[in-house]
Amino acid sequence: MPSPWGVVGGLVDLTSHGLLVKYVVASLFRVTWGFTLAAILAIPLGLTIGWYRRAEMAFNPLIQFLRPISPLAWIPIAILWFGVGDLSAIFLIFLSCFFPLLLTAINAVRNIPAVYINAGRNFGLSPGALVYRVLYPAVVPQLIVGLRITLGIAWLVVVAAEMIAVNSGLGFLIVDARNAGNRYDLVVAGMVLIGLIGLLLDIGMRSLEKVKSFRWSYSEE
Amino acid sequence: MESTVAITATPTVETKLRAEHISMSFTRDGESMPVLEDINLEVGNGEFLCLLGPSGCGKSTLLSIIAGFLSPTSGEVKIDGEIVRGPDPRRIFVFQERGVFPWLTVEGNIGFGLFKLTRAERDRRIAHYIKMVGLEGFGKSYPSELSGGMKQRLEVARALAVNPDMLFLDEPFGALDSITRLIMRGELLRIWEAERKTIIFVTHDIDEAVQLADRVAVMSARPGRIQEIVNIDIPHPRDINSARYLELRTGIFNQIGLAHHL
Amino acid sequence: MTTLAESRNWEKFFWPIAVAAVLLVLWHYSVVWTATKIFPSPLDVERGLIGLFHKNVLWNDIADSLRRVALGFGAAAILGIPIGLVLGWYPAIDQVVNPTMQLLRPISPIAWIPVAIIFFGVGDKAAVFLIFLAAFFPIVVACVDGVSNVPSVFRRAGRNFGLTAAQLLARVVFPAALPQIIIGLRIALGISWLVVVAAEMIAVDSGLGYLVIDSRNSGKHYDLVVAAMLIIGVIGLLLDSGFRRLEKIKSVRWGFRDAS
Repeated sequence: MPSPWGVVGGLVDLTSHGLLVKYVVASLFRVTWGFTLAAILAIPLGLTIGWYRRAEMAFNPLIQFLRPISPLAWIPIAILWFGVGDLSAIFLIFLSCFFPLLLTAINAVRNIPAVYINAGRNFGLSPGALVYRVLYPAVVPQLIVGLRITLGIAWLVVVAAEMIAVNSGLGFLIVDARNAGNRYDLVVAGMVLIGLIGLLLDIGMRSLEKVKSFRWSYSEE
Repeated sequence: MESTVAITATPTVETKLRAEHISMSFTRDGESMPVLEDINLEVGNGEFLCLLGPSGCGKSTLLSIIAGFLSPTSGEVKIDGEIVRGPDPRRIFVFQERGVFPWLTVEGNIGFGLFKLTRAERDRRIAHYIKMVGLEGFGKSYPSELSGGMKQRLEVARALAVNPDMLFLDEPFGALDSITRLIMRGELLRIWEAERKTIIFVTHDIDEAVQLADRVAVMSARPGRIQEIVNIDIPHPRDINSARYLELRTGIFNQIGLAHHL
Repeated sequence: MTTLAESRNWEKFFWPIAVAAVLLVLWHYSVVWTATKIFPSPLDVERGLIGLFHKNVLWNDIADSLRRVALGFGAAAILGIPIGLVLGWYPAIDQVVNPTMQLLRPISPIAWIPVAIIFFGVGDKAAVFLIFLAAFFPIVVACVDGVSNVPSVFRRAGRNFGLTAAQLLARVVFPAALPQIIIGLRIALGISWLVVVAAEMIAVDSGLGYLVIDSRNSGKHYDLVVAAMLIIGVIGLLLDSGFRRLEKIKSVRWGFRDAS
């Protein structure tokens, strides 16, 4: 096991080789794409499914079945479809984010108190206006919490995916440092970096929860 | 007894609402449970009607049917001669204070239904109703910063702002403390006298009904039926110690089957 | 909630089956149309599944995966629940420990693989350690939240009846926090199941995760890959629904909004 100073030395070593920035950027790049794509697809789909009870009935068993399959179990399929590289990693992150976000969106819609929807209908809102002026503001706080948790998952998965499916990024750093000469100082340095960036991502998402027009659900009680 | 129930409004006013043979049952665990049975009701234009009954008698269900949120199992509701098929901005439902949107400010809530107006007109209306319900200075506040009574007034203001011809209130003051509740009753009467909306008000509080209403429709326990309609022939402002008030109140107490001695 | 129309009983089964059928047909025909030699059709997967069931390896793999989860998750629960309760009970300690936890939490359990291998070598212990790590933090956090969310009136009422601190914890705070703790345990179990598969792909040479990666590496048996994934999904679903039964027990059901 390396000493704390050994780890600091490892970090300095990485920076001087220019690998630190390169690997961090590579990991963040994959997370950003996978996470964003999943959000763009899963949230509208989840809101729609949550709105129609029959759609929820139809899709829920399938979602519950696919969800417990570790995103990493998709690695062989990812490599088959996308080869070894960024696309594979992005696909894995997309999968790992898609189901949690879909479920968050479905539950967010189903948890809207019926009073809000009835009040919206009472004032004669068109379906479009009802979505934009009642549905959307009512679900936003829950969606943000869901996005924060999912981003955490994405960060967990990118590290794992990089250990198997690509040859750059922080996950690769850890495996590579160990395989190429047991540089455990670099292994722990990589872990510290992963922890720090994960923490920063979480703090960033939490600051979204503080935005005034989203805050209503948190300030109550 | 039911044959003697006077269901028609005072003949001098035109009829605003007519509910005919409304029955409602819900299915739960495969069994059909009757909630309302053959409700017939007429409400005159500008009238203040209270639906009074014990909890679970279906009075809120009846109000939801009248407002168009639920379809009755049989029977129909006509307002201005048209059959009610859904909610309509000409008649606004006031929930307990839970109905205000927590993501909008006071101004945003009052302006919620005013999306068809110009900005200037909307601002004018918002300012008018903020003043009317006494929320000056709170325009930019969020509901979570308001007390229960303020939220309730906010919801009434939001309803009035779209200038509906009917208001449906479902135990609107139920969650308030008794002092605020008394003040709110006064406020509601003041607003009603100023704007003369037709109001249907659901409550389980006998005093509240006798203090507010022109007529009180007393409902029986489930399945709900209209047991009797009591005319409250006391002019406003009402003296709640007057002999007539106490007499009417006692009459309703007896009607519900409660002794008024503890 | 939004549609007033009552749904009929048959619909509960009809719609999911219809969706599954449409998906299977789509899958089958996209394999046929693209004329792929590698990606299996549903029928290939079915044959793969039957093949796996006839070999004893599958049962050993399932048993290995489940054993690792049971050990890692069990250890995490035994340690995590008391620690979480204490941290929730004494907010001062929580404030001291919380920053470290927040730093450790986002590190992927998988990233600990090299460390696990140093400590335990390649094998069962490394995998169990990874699952322990993966389950431990969610359990602690759920307990801390559960305890600190217990309304103070409950504590006051308990004290009013003259309970000692230990009695208060056992008879008021723990039952009040129990629904949230159970949710935390269920989530942690789900994560454990995700992680065991991942760990088995890297750190050991048995288990369902190993089956997935091995089927690919030894001759691109993609029918077995997909079959193994289906088995993983079914077992994960069974674990989750088993745990959900706990949530239905009378003494905790009050804490769940969708109790029905």
